[in-house]
Amino acid sequence: MTTNILLAGFGGQGILFAGKQLAKTAMYSDLQVSWLPSYGPEMRGGAANCSVIISDEEIGSPLVVTPDLLIAMNLPSYDKFAPNVVPGGTIIYDSTLVSTDRVRDDVKACPIPATGIASENGLDGMANVIILGYLLKITGLFEYDKFLEYMIASIPPTKAALIEKNTKALSLGYNFA
Amino acid sequence: MSKKVLMKGNEAIAEAAIKSGCLHFFGYPITPQTEISEYMAKRMPKVGGLCLQAESEISAINMIMGAAASGSRCLTSSSSPGISLKSEGISYIVGCDLPCVIVNVQRGGPGLGSIQPSQQDYYQATKANGHGDEHVIVLAPNSVQEMAQLTSEAFDLADIYRMPAMILADGSLGQMMEPVDFELGSKREIPEKTWATNGTYGKRKKNIINSLYMDPNELEKSVLARFERYAEVTDKEVKYEEYKCDDADIVIVAYGITSRIAKTAISAARAKGIKVGLLRPITLWPYPKKPLRALADTAKHFLVVEMNMGQMVDDVKVATECKKPVSFFGRTGGVIPAPAEILAEIEKIAGGLN
Amino acid sequence: MVVFDRPKSLSPVPFHYCPGCTHGIVHRLVAEALDELDICGKTVGIAPVGCSVFAYNYWECDMIEAAHGRAPAVATGVKRTHPDNIVFTYQGDGDLAAIGTAETVHVGARGENITIIFINNCIYGMTGGQMAPTTLPGQVTTTSPYGRDRRIQGSPVHVCEMLSTLDGVAYAERVAVNTVPNIKKAKAAIKKAFQNQIDKKGLSIVEVLSTCPTNWGMSPEAALEWVKTDMIPFYPLGVYKDTDVKLLNPTSTKEDK
Repeated sequence: MTTNILLAGFGGQGILFAGKQLAKTAMYSDLQVSWLPSYGPEMRGGAANCSVIISDEEIGSPLVVTPDLLIAMNLPSYDKFAPNVVPGGTIIYDSTLVSTDRVRDDVKACPIPATGIASENGLDGMANVIILGYLLKITGLFEYDKFLEYMIASIPPTKAALIEKNTKALSLGYNFA
Repeated sequence: MSKKVLMKGNEAIAEAAIKSGCLHFFGYPITPQTEISEYMAKRMPKVGGLCLQAESEISAINMIMGAAASGSRCLTSSSSPGISLKSEGISYIVGCDLPCVIVNVQRGGPGLGSIQPSQQDYYQATKANGHGDEHVIVLAPNSVQEMAQLTSEAFDLADIYRMPAMILADGSLGQMMEPVDFELGSKREIPEKTWATNGTYGKRKKNIINSLYMDPNELEKSVLARFERYAEVTDKEVKYEEYKCDDADIVIVAYGITSRIAKTAISAARAKGIKVGLLRPITLWPYPKKPLRALADTAKHFLVVEMNMGQMVDDVKVATECKKPVSFFGRTGGVIPAPAEILAEIEKIAGGLN
Repeated sequence: MVVFDRPKSLSPVPFHYCPGCTHGIVHRLVAEALDELDICGKTVGIAPVGCSVFAYNYWECDMIEAAHGRAPAVATGVKRTHPDNIVFTYQGDGDLAAIGTAETVHVGARGENITIIFINNCIYGMTGGQMAPTTLPGQVTTTSPYGRDRRIQGSPVHVCEMLSTLDGVAYAERVAVNTVPNIKKAKAAIKKAFQNQIDKKGLSIVEVLSTCPTNWGMSPEAALEWVKTDMIPFYPLGVYKDTDVKLLNPTSTKEDK
């Protein structure tokens, strides 16, 4: 079983961080995993995206061209990558920033106003973690507790204050209905 | 939790070098390999080592020459345009029989090219890193785990054979993260560096590190001696991976990141009943000629897949003695081929076979 | 009784230099300094490309032959990995001030604790008398056959003056070896440049105005006179920098931890 995930959005939205959390949890779950960022001019402001492949067998190409799961955190990313999602795949998108009528009926579309939820709860800049929480609920990719544990473990001791915020953000996403 | 850590390929090279006893790094920033410099700058002071940013790649490779001449394990890294700048120094280091490890995280070319992954420096790495009759050992990893493991092996090979070893990677391997376990891999016995220029201290005759010969016969002798060593390397140090070749009608030959994309295509082709395998050279120099020659008796067709315009095709033709057709598929300039594109090539070839 | 003997650090082999060339004098001065400071055993010398390309044969210390212009980078590699070694480069004007300018400037900028012996004879000797970065205005060479024209070939590089502006340069002195008193001063400067390294002061460079009778087309005697009449007025002798400031950039990787 292989899951090809593409995460895309603006630079600064924590796209690469979100991908890394998925990759770490996969590694600690003894799964094969690869994480490939877009790099270059586009990462210095503008668009950012990363490919994450999680599998129980050897991973071939690390580049996700046709994702099973797309996380789109802004409209340009949605417009660019939604057409590439495999039929039957899933698109999770930040509906605060992605207002679209281009919805495919052969994929599972899962909007969540992550940026809105973040600012309502004093969690500016943590829409990515809210989306991760929602992703866990929608896909069942990893156990919530396990994911949270590894995410907290990756927060450096000097930034301990972030633990509470991350926990809250993940939970808000997971419990979004 | 396992011993594995999630790391970028570039960082894995740096950490593996330190773990292999390399305490001296000289480099110059260039995308997409700068993480190596950054990692070294952070880690080296903590392990009693040194990371020095040179004023140019030219200077960095010559700092390596000095460090290697005085007996230190040392590393320099760059990406394609920077390797071109280093070529003078590489030739001198070869001419002086000095061991060191050079990393090339390739990007698109020619010229300033692009910063996206490519394999366009195959010729340069395997045929002509610098002027003169020269070779360096070229290792082509295809995963972050191998970035670490082959770096460690490169240091041993360099020291054993007194020649530079190169890690030929590309931007995608440098930038991607995968789990890596640094405890894998074996250590080899390293000969003492009695030739090093680190002071006679009155205890021995002076050592001279030099590549200049006024008598062409003397120079010829030194080149011949070096080529005897090259023959030994070719005999003993070839590394490759065979994947599903036993019953393969079509054998893909691909190295580095391209070999993984090929594997994805192979699975898809086999699901369609096409018997495809992969021969992955891990050492690009020395080249795995023998296994390719053996496959030329069993396979019907070879397909070389690279991120360049077909630089390895001739090596495959020579190795297989042109006994079977050799086709090529590649993308270049920094474009990564998609598994579907490779599958289409496989299907085209399979159609011709039947 | 005074016995004029070969310094122990000088190898007992004949020099390959042309009659009247002053490389031999400078080689001897370096050897005397190594002897007097008793450092030959821990010294590593870096030879250049140019007339002194065979310098690796002439001293008893360990030697490395570098690529053209790269001796300071090679020296950096040795010194940074072996801070206890005494490391020097011996370079000509084309090597140091043309093809290797970046290496020269940055070894100064970094304050590498090494010693540079710089031979300035205003010409490319080994390739047969072409224009050097230090060739004087109006000077005829095979590649400036009508005399160096500043409007076409630019102006000569004043190395000591240029390097003196860098914080990492501890000591820069220009000397000449055209007369006995000047040779004595050159000896003192070279010895000081090595002593500075022992004292970890940073980069020390001694620029030695030297002769090339063959390519200048002069007798050895006339060449010595030309140093006095033409070179020294353009490249004034003296100390351009001499600081007691300790090394900005400790080269030690282990002992300072």
